[in-house]
Order: sequence, then C-alpha cells, then structure tokens
Amino acid sequence: MTDKLVTASLETLQMVGLSALWTVVFGGPLGVLLYATAKRGVSPNAPLNRVLGVIVNIGRSVPFVILMVAIIPFTRVVAGTTIGSTASVVPLAVAAIPFFARLVESALIEVDPGVIEAAQAMGAKRTGIVARVLIPESLPGLVRALTVTIVAITGYSAMAGAIAGGGLGDLAIRYGYQRYDAAYMVATVVLLLVIVQIFQFAGDLAARRLDHR
Amino acid sequence: MITLSEVSKIFDSTVAVDNVTLDVPDGHIHGVLGRSGAGKSTLLRTVNLLERPDSGSVSVGGRDLGALSAAELRAARTRIGMVFQHFHLLHNRTVAANVALPLRLHGVPAAERDARVAELLELVGLSDHAAKHPSQLSGGQRQRVAIARALAPRPEVLLSDEATSALDSDTTGEILELLVRLRDTLGLTILLITHELDVVTRICDSASIMEEGRIVEQGPVDALLGDPDSILAQRARRVSQQVLGVGRA
Repeated sequence: MTDKLVTASLETLQMVGLSALWTVVFGGPLGVLLYATAKRGVSPNAPLNRVLGVIVNIGRSVPFVILMVAIIPFTRVVAGTTIGSTASVVPLAVAAIPFFARLVESALIEVDPGVIEAAQAMGAKRTGIVARVLIPESLPGLVRALTVTIVAITGYSAMAGAIAGGGLGDLAIRYGYQRYDAAYMVATVVLLLVIVQIFQFAGDLAARRLDHR
Repeated sequence: MITLSEVSKIFDSTVAVDNVTLDVPDGHIHGVLGRSGAGKSTLLRTVNLLERPDSGSVSVGGRDLGALSAAELRAARTRIGMVFQHFHLLHNRTVAANVALPLRLHGVPAAERDARVAELLELVGLSDHAAKHPSQLSGGQRQRVAIARALAPRPEVLLSDEATSALDSDTTGEILELLVRLRDTLGLTILLITHELDVVTRICDSASIMEEGRIVEQGPVDALLGDPDSILAQRARRVSQQVLGVGRA
C-alpha cells in the first residue's frame, strides 16, 4: 500500500507541476493581454479584448469532468496517450489556463494607474511598462494567483482519476471506491490535504516576502 | 525652454484648458497657481503629451512635441522629468531600483546605471536608504526618491504636479529648497503646479494664476507682488492678514 501511495503521490505532484508550468506559460501572457487590451489598459483594443474574454469565459464555464472527456482527441494528439498522468496534464492545463489568466488580469488591475503614468512620462514602451512596472509591482498578487491555481489543479487532478488519469485520485477511485477499501480512501484524502496545505503555505510565504506595500 | 501656445483641451463638454499660452525660459521656475479643478494638472500633462491638446502647440527645448513620432516622443520624454503629489513609486522595488527604473527602461548598461543611481541618491541625500523600500521612508524622503528618479536620464525640464501637497510644511520647505538647488546646480527648468500660494512666493521666478481653464494673470512673481491690484498680491495680503489675525470684524 505504501508503495502505491508513494507512486501515486509522485504522479500527482508531477501532473500538477507540469500543468502549472504550462498554465503559467500560456495563461500568464493571456492574462497580460486581457489586461492590456482592456479599455483602461496600456494598449486598448476592444475587439481583441472581447474575443479573448469570450474564449476565457468558455474555458472557465465548461465543468472539468466534461472538458476532460470532450478534449480526449486533442489530448491524444498532444500527449500521444489518453490514460495516465502524462495525458492528464493536457486537460488540467487547458482548464487552468483561462482560470489563471483571469486571476493575472485582476492582479494587474490592482497596480496603481499613477505608477503606469509615471512610466509613460519616462518615455517607457508598452513592453517596458509590462516587464518593468506591471509585473514587478503585482508580483505578490501574481504569486497568490498561482497558488490558488495550483490548489485548484490539485483538486482537478483527483477528478482525472475518474478516467484513469493516474495519481492519488485514480488510486482513490480504483482501490477506495471500487474495492471498498476505506484505508486507501482515507490515506489518499489525507495525502491530498497535506499536498494542498504545503502549496498554500509556500505560496502565502512567498507572497508575503515579496510584498513591501 | 517650455513654450505652450494657445493650448486647449476639452473633455466631453467641459473645457479643462482654455487657450493657454505660456513661456518658461531656461533655468526658470514657473508656478501655475489655482484651485483644484482649475485645469492645472491637465495643463501640466500637456507639456509631455500625457494629455494631447485638442488645439495649440507644445514645444520643449525648441522641439514641437506634437510633430514627433511615437518613438521620437518617447525619446523626448526622457528630456522631461516629472514628479507627482503621491510620488508614484514602485512599492515592491527598493529605493535604488526605483531610481534606476527610467535607465532600465531605456537599456542603460548595469554598471553605468549603478553609478548614476549612487550619484543621484547622494544628490538628494538618501545614500543610506538605497536598499530600503518606499514604505519604510517618510513622505518627504519618498518625494526625494521620486525626484532622483525623474532626474536619472539627465532631463532639462522638471514638471512638478503638486509635489509638496501631500507633505507637512517643514518637509515642503525641504523639497522646495531641493528644487531650487537642483535648478541652480543642474540648470533645470521647472514648471510646477500648486494650489499653495506659499510655493509660488517662495521659489518661483514667474507665475500664472489659473481659473476655470484660463490663465487670468501671468508675470514675474516680484512684479506681481509689487502690484497691489494683482490677484497674487491680494491673495498674499489675505494670507498674511489671516496669520496676523487682523482684518477680522
């Protein structure tokens, strides 16, 4: 049992880690674009903003259980398989990208417009404003956004167990639910709880360290 | 150095700046005095085109800013420093990183940047605070960081948007002295806006009084104070009467 729990925990961590990585890579820039193209952004573009907004809202409104199944063909193309933790990274990232993008957008909105104006008065380019002003100034908020996203991904990753997605959720369903083994059920729940607590604690600590307001 | 000619700016249906003409010679400190809502802030923001005038022209150092491309305007803005009432510093960066910001934005190499930052912090008397964050400083110290930041690219002009309005009177005095010293040592031309009469009478060479978007009085401060009928002299008299407690029924 211990072997199985260790393997499953590592699978969960790998799944969450990789999904979080892709989420930052795609969701971060998407969030910046959502912010920048808005009416009060540094590069207003109403049509683009509306299109991005609709895409993000669609991504966020599809329940994960359905999304996971619906994009199986896409998952096969990207991951080369539809089962196991490698395959689960695809739907997890797809679900988390729009979620994280919205959180990034709201973290950026919190930046004092006066600071942005000061940068404009210095002759900053828009890319300079994003890289040197918006991101450094909203870093604690961005770290908090990432923490919330990682915790959400961890929860979703357990759901991926329903379609043989690997990790602790998979273990809980196969041994705890289908074989009525309460020990597995309790152990997986406790492990998930510990993992989430660690992520949240680390995220809070990092955000506090970065925040000098 | 700064020439505004017949500048107007209209927001929806209200005329924020109404046909303003203003000339600030090299090395002068010019103050625009007026109540809040008089259009001073909008006027100041037309000087670096943060606000594009609807009509009229703005030139700084002999260059017509309205005629510049986006890239040329960004370059021109490095010649024009700006400080604000609420400082607008980056909270999450150190004092040194804040001062370095304009240099970083314009790709100045790290070694040169560090040397310049050290020089600027020395100039404003904050060398010991380089590694602190703005929240650890007093209001006056924060404004000095903002001034150092504005001066980093060696501008010829400094725009001051109510720079002392959030400060107590002693700190205001220190900041005003610093501005005069910078004008004297660096040859800066300073255009400031304020609602405090005191700022104008203490450090300005010339002044404009602004009401409802229009300039209603303009001239050298000495001449205005010497003319008993001028608005500036009348206001100065009223203030001193209040201080002395005379002129009351």
